[in-house]
Amino acid sequence: MTDLAWINAAITAARPQAVGALLRYFRDLDTAEEAFQDACLRALKSWPQNGPPRDPTAWLIMVGRNAALDGVRKTSRLQALPDEDALSDLDDAEAPLVERLDGSHYRDDALRLLFICCHPDLPATQQIALALRIVSGLSVRQIARAFLVGEAAMEQRITRAKARIAQADTPFEAPGAVERSERLAAVAAMIYLVFNEGYSAGADPARAALCDEAIRLARLLLRLFQTEAEIMGLTALMLLQHARAAARFDANGEAVLLDDQDRGLWDAKLIAEGLALIDKGMRHRNPGPYQIQAAVAALHARAATAEDTDWAQIDALYAALERMTPSPVITLNRAVAVSKTAGPAAALELIEPLADRLGGYFHFFGARGAFLLQLGRDDEAREAFNRAIALANTPAEASHIRMCLDRLATGAAAPK
Amino acid sequence: MLYAILCYNDEDVVWSWSQEEDAAVMTKIGAVAERWAKAGKLGPSARLLPTTAATTLRKTQDPPLVIDGPFAETKEQLLGFYVVDVADLEEALELSRELAAVNPGGAYEIRPIGLYNADPRLCA
Repeated sequence: MTDLAWINAAITAARPQAVGALLRYFRDLDTAEEAFQDACLRALKSWPQNGPPRDPTAWLIMVGRNAALDGVRKTSRLQALPDEDALSDLDDAEAPLVERLDGSHYRDDALRLLFICCHPDLPATQQIALALRIVSGLSVRQIARAFLVGEAAMEQRITRAKARIAQADTPFEAPGAVERSERLAAVAAMIYLVFNEGYSAGADPARAALCDEAIRLARLLLRLFQTEAEIMGLTALMLLQHARAAARFDANGEAVLLDDQDRGLWDAKLIAEGLALIDKGMRHRNPGPYQIQAAVAALHARAATAEDTDWAQIDALYAALERMTPSPVITLNRAVAVSKTAGPAAALELIEPLADRLGGYFHFFGARGAFLLQLGRDDEAREAFNRAIALANTPAEASHIRMCLDRLATGAAAPK
Repeated sequence: MLYAILCYNDEDVVWSWSQEEDAAVMTKIGAVAERWAKAGKLGPSARLLPTTAATTLRKTQDPPLVIDGPFAETKEQLLGFYVVDVADLEEALELSRELAAVNPGGAYEIRPIGLYNADPRLCA
């Protein structure tokens, strides 16, 4: 690895803590961000020459803080500039700083930053954009590209979010226990939205990178909340889903259904980490939606072949999830398990009452079409598939349904 | 003489490597390890998953306490290890330097092995 790559990784890793600490000093996102940016530029100059500092995060905080104070002095012309060498020579300053910045302080700084990005006054789209900009350090261009919007529009979205936070009189103190758990749920939801943007993006690498970033943020959150079973569940869920990335699309970018995926392409490392985390979470006997979904994903991951899948257990897990957070989409997922354990007729019966609420939902008609196809009700299946195509969100979704329609046309055997 | 080379690094940094960076480092490390293996110097080795996936069993009370997370909160974490068969400490250090040249940051703890049991599954 080159010096530059190492420095980049060190800066990325330090970012949440460092920007969080700078925010604590300056109480203004723009100032904190600029200060960090400044420190990074100095790091790129200084580290290759002097070697990396013992504690890169503390170095970046210290240098960033000095640089920003420097900027204030410069604009107010009150005080002469200290020279560059004095600023970079932190050997004496670094040690006591590191002493003071103990683990709990770091923890609060990174957490504050996450909480601020997930401020309840911000709509989800702004939360995500802000978190990817401020916490992850992605460029506006990268974020715009990942969300398929123009750069100017994304810039505006982030600026609006910052303005709203500035107006909201955000408390910079660590929140109390109740607020903390509410805000934690908001951060978890934001991270999962980031993941889903990447997950639903198909084979586009710029968008799929969002999955990696979401997992990185989840690991960060988990380090801040080591004993939160739902954060273990969230992290496990994303790891287990992301583990299938290489098998989810064929060479032409067409979606490959779970049953048909080459399980040899699943990432064993991500699966091992995901399984360990869901096992840890379940020990707490405090199940939540993320843990249950992760448990479903774990059953898929543990099945050596599609036929080995424990569909009865998956059915039971979705039934538990339905009770916890009733939603027609969950019932639809459960119907897939039911079709495997009790047959397509039972599955169809389960989803019929959802028609009103899921009338605009691609997957409803995709699943309905598949069940009808298995029952040999070809005309109704065709109608359902046609509705699905009209509602497809991605080319991959549409082309998958087109494949089902082709099968119908040629009278080929119905898929399982 | 058997030594364990225990690899410590800041996992925040290591897990911030891009997939390409990670693959590049692993390729270089793999080449070093292959050289050792050919020379008959390499025993078992392992790369550990993040400490967020770790669970700790504290035995200072009865029954032992299960704790989420790693044994200790440290700035650098145990990320993996190699077992090497070398003539002396100098050679163990030499091997560690080879490894360090392709994998920056962190530290290696070079620790003599007292009792060594090979993987029983391999002996069956």
